[in-house]
Amino acid sequence: MNHDPASNKKEISIKADQLTKRYGDFIAANALSFEVYKGEIFGFLGANGAGKTTAMRMLCGLSTPSSGSATIAGFDVYKQTEQIKKNIGYMSQKFSLYEDLTVLENIRFYGGIYGLPRNELKEKSTALIDRLGLQGEANKLVASLPLGWKQKLAFSVAVLHQPQIVFLDEPTGGVDPVTRRQFWDLIYQAADQGVTIFVTTHYMDEAEYCNRISIMVDGRIAALDTPHRLKEQFQVGSMDEVFYQLAREAKRVEV
Amino acid sequence: MQAITLNGLTKVYGKEKTVAVNKVSFSVEQGELFGLIGPDGAGKTSVFRMLTTVLLPDGGSATVNGFDVVKDYKQIRNSVGYMPGKFSLYPDLSIEENLNFFATVFNTTVEENYHLIRDIYVQIEPFKKRRAGKLSGGMKQKLALCCALIHKPTVLFLDEPTTGVDPVSRKEFWEMLKRLKAQNITIIVSTPYMDEAALCDRIALMQDGKILSIDTPANIVSNYPDQLFAVKADHMYALLESAARYEKRINSYAFGEYAHVAVPAGGDLEAGAAALRSSLENAGLKGVEVYPTMPTIEDCFIKLTVDRPAQALN
Repeated sequence: MNHDPASNKKEISIKADQLTKRYGDFIAANALSFEVYKGEIFGFLGANGAGKTTAMRMLCGLSTPSSGSATIAGFDVYKQTEQIKKNIGYMSQKFSLYEDLTVLENIRFYGGIYGLPRNELKEKSTALIDRLGLQGEANKLVASLPLGWKQKLAFSVAVLHQPQIVFLDEPTGGVDPVTRRQFWDLIYQAADQGVTIFVTTHYMDEAEYCNRISIMVDGRIAALDTPHRLKEQFQVGSMDEVFYQLAREAKRVEV
Repeated sequence: MQAITLNGLTKVYGKEKTVAVNKVSFSVEQGELFGLIGPDGAGKTSVFRMLTTVLLPDGGSATVNGFDVVKDYKQIRNSVGYMPGKFSLYPDLSIEENLNFFATVFNTTVEENYHLIRDIYVQIEPFKKRRAGKLSGGMKQKLALCCALIHKPTVLFLDEPTTGVDPVSRKEFWEMLKRLKAQNITIIVSTPYMDEAALCDRIALMQDGKILSIDTPANIVSNYPDQLFAVKADHMYALLESAARYEKRINSYAFGEYAHVAVPAGGDLEAGAAALRSSLENAGLKGVEVYPTMPTIEDCFIKLTVDRPAQALN
């Protein structure tokens, strides 16, 4: 996508400066510095083992950095992890909803955790179920829903408490091509309303849907720009080739 | 000879009688690299579990190497390799111990069939004393493939071996499969990644327990009925909205940095492109570029599923 809402406003949503995580001698995330702007769709790419998960855990306030600094929605990753958790949403392919709870119970559970008042939660639950067209499924167990519906529901639940930033960890893995595109419509809507989207994916066509992309190699950010400029820089025709050129140079043995 | 045959194979689950596999029929030739392509929930894993005799069918029949999946399950288990989607080696055994275990269970030794796994095993050998549970995803995948190969199977079942794997490692994995195919092992592999389909000899596209199409990737692409244009503009979201209103549109959707717009086939290509371009420019879009483009397997899959509104939400 060529339109870049971030360039006009430049209100900073995530700021990392020399952010580093060491495990003994191993530097999982090495001096990461970048900014993500409010309402931006920021793609966070890298091969398996490049350090994406380590970086995400620090940004979500789940893991204390070894050095460097970062603020998430203005909150410090060392001292204000609870405020960070209140102001972000998170969804992953691996875990998102409770399969043994119904659609409605999941919405109430997450809304409750984030402290939404009862009345507001009731209104929001109804609105969300209507918007997703799940009226007939509201009292069914999540386990019985097709994966694509689950993922769309999980995303909606992750933004229920109106977080400033939402972290999406491979949200569309295994989802069919039609539903995958519908999922991205939800991402666009949320970004349009000013939610910052921080997303990882292994689908290179989805990398093209991001305003800007960073690519991690061996714990470092090896490239960061718009998809268009990255393709220019590497003189290739697709993001697949950009990724391949960078990841091929990786020295780190994935163990 | 056919390595695998399915004839109306059916699986139904639970009280709600969910039909996971719905009268599926196809066959796989000996030495073929056959792909089962479809999203999660399509029924791929159920097909694999029935063919590897760990799940009983509720209807229809199937054979592997000429053996019936119900009656002759012992013969099948001796002659096939199965790599399930979920990691299922022993996490408390080391790389080396897992491999020896699987060789011993099948009355063979690692030495006897080492030539089959050498290319893959050398990549994990430096860590052979490490417990399998402590390995990364990519290493687990390589070990699982070694364990599935160590008894020299004639048919290899790989259930989503590349799910969640980055594009570079996925490419490497497919190169390994090509080398195995050269050893005359029949391989049936499932994947949700449409771009991997092109690497198979033949593919079956699957959704909701049913086969949508079976053919070579090239034939599936050449049977695509519409004319497809790749379109670019300064604002993708506005482009998608305008494309959705184009009068000749059959379908339109985002496709990487382009939008794909399908219109009826036939007629002059240049005139068709010009008509689409001027319609989009009239809608106020800037920087519009329109090219005729070849459909990919993903376009074909979308075409085959688009007439099924039950799938759509919103």
